[in-house]
Amino acid sequence: MPKPVPVPDETDQGFWDAINERRLAIQNCTGCNRMQMPPIARCVACGSSDHLEWKEVEGKGRVNGWCVQYDTRVVVLKENQPFNTAIIELAEDPDIKFFSHLPGVAVDEVPVGANVELIFEEVEPGRLVPEWQVVS
Amino acid sequence: MTTTTLAGWRRDKVGDGVWENRAKVAVAGIGHSPVDRRWETGDFDTSLGAYAILAARNAMEDAGVTIDDIDGIISAPGPLGDPWGPSRPYFDAPYDSEDGITKVTAEWLARGLGIDPAKLRFASNEVGQIGLLWGYTSEAIARGEASTVLMLYPTGNVEGRYHQDTDTRAKGPLKWNNIWGFTGGSTYAYQFNEYTRRYGGSHDDVGHLVVNSRRNGLKVPWGYYTLHEPEPFTHEDYVNGRYINAPLNLFDNDRPVNAAGCYVMTTAEKAQDMKQTPVYIWNHAEHQAAHRSTVQTLDESQEWCGLEARKTLEGAGLAIKEVDIFNPYDGFTLFTQTWLEAFGWHGVKEGEALEFYRGDISSEGPHPFLTSGGNSGTGRTRTAIFTDTIEQLRGTAGDRQVTLKADVGIAGCVLPQTNGHVVFGKNRP
Repeated sequence: MPKPVPVPDETDQGFWDAINERRLAIQNCTGCNRMQMPPIARCVACGSSDHLEWKEVEGKGRVNGWCVQYDTRVVVLKENQPFNTAIIELAEDPDIKFFSHLPGVAVDEVPVGANVELIFEEVEPGRLVPEWQVVS
Repeated sequence: MTTTTLAGWRRDKVGDGVWENRAKVAVAGIGHSPVDRRWETGDFDTSLGAYAILAARNAMEDAGVTIDDIDGIISAPGPLGDPWGPSRPYFDAPYDSEDGITKVTAEWLARGLGIDPAKLRFASNEVGQIGLLWGYTSEAIARGEASTVLMLYPTGNVEGRYHQDTDTRAKGPLKWNNIWGFTGGSTYAYQFNEYTRRYGGSHDDVGHLVVNSRRNGLKVPWGYYTLHEPEPFTHEDYVNGRYINAPLNLFDNDRPVNAAGCYVMTTAEKAQDMKQTPVYIWNHAEHQAAHRSTVQTLDESQEWCGLEARKTLEGAGLAIKEVDIFNPYDGFTLFTQTWLEAFGWHGVKEGEALEFYRGDISSEGPHPFLTSGGNSGTGRTRTAIFTDTIEQLRGTAGDRQVTLKADVGIAGCVLPQTNGHVVFGKNRP
């Protein structure tokens, strides 16, 4: 389904560059050994910007929860309502969360706890966004 | 002399102990404008600015004071909805900017009342919402920055449907949620699904809360539904509400309105000579938190509400069993149970709120919950919860007056991640 196109900025350029290369790289503080998502200018735990890196992860996770959009504020998405917005927790750190439309899953039949894997959707030529699909 | 900031006013740490200024500040007057759905464009008798002036005059009349007694004005000016400009032209002064249309600053109100802002000892627009306004104003008075203050909360709503995002690009922090349409009350829809997965119950159970709030709201003379949609609201109405971010439906959202509320706040000593029986500020507490990742979880909301409950009670030197009136925030209604369980009012523990809603929570019953009607019963004024708590303690809540003792009350808003609560006392400890 059509999605808004992300506009990277200085802080999250590394994340989107990886996505466009079909990789998932999470901002990680090497000082704290702690990942954070979304990327921001400093480590939330130690406050330092000196130890931030992009840590590539496998792209596996689990469905944590969901709701169903019947009247989202994002106009470009309205024509495809209703649709699921699932919350995905990353296998390497369940505190790291992503959203997903969970393609292939019927509306309001989101399987909480199911395993998922990363896929990519092209939102305009050469521009990808992360998505997730349920795996058996 | 005009001051615009107040340093270190928040009480935001567990373990800070009883507030040193407990019951040294009082509410002396309450004033409200009518609550309209939207501003009727070009009608300057019902503009947000005109309503702010009306609310302030009503508050002063209630307190028995005049503008000569006022030495401070504190506003959380807004805007809460979309701005009027720059796509639409402004009007002649004093409506030649957003001020007076979608927000109302302390200075705009002062001029509207005929007060020279420069002659105020304290005028501020520093805090953003009414949950914080109570603590800020109480601290300003307790520290002697001003002695008798108009505390204003305007909530503007102009023509059109607000917060619709027509951008096909997702920029800034919006890129982490807009791409997947996770907007508005989605956070609390997600958390409510998790809540019912853990503890049982269903979305229909929240209907009992909303029906009760709408019933209470119809007993608020200035409320939106009293003035514009006085028909009784039923549980069937609730369950048939169209979904917005399912399970969150239309009636779990509060209705944006054009209205203003204002309070006269003063020292406990000065309040003795004013018209109304004073209601004292026993404590204020604030909480600000950031979620760990792209979405705020139920665990985080429960933790933050729990911390706020501890701070609120600790600073007042009270246990929850001593709190008679409880008006937590309900806009959105799908997180109200988190506040109820965090405070443990009337013994409600984690996972028990929906069962509590199914019982008798009417204002005349044994568990009079959200006697204000909250936002869902009066429109998104965010003032009804505070006004009702004060009126219950005064004994002037009319048809909403509880039949139980009403000596201590708590009200607060807004969200689990950013909020302020205030403890009101009928007496001085």
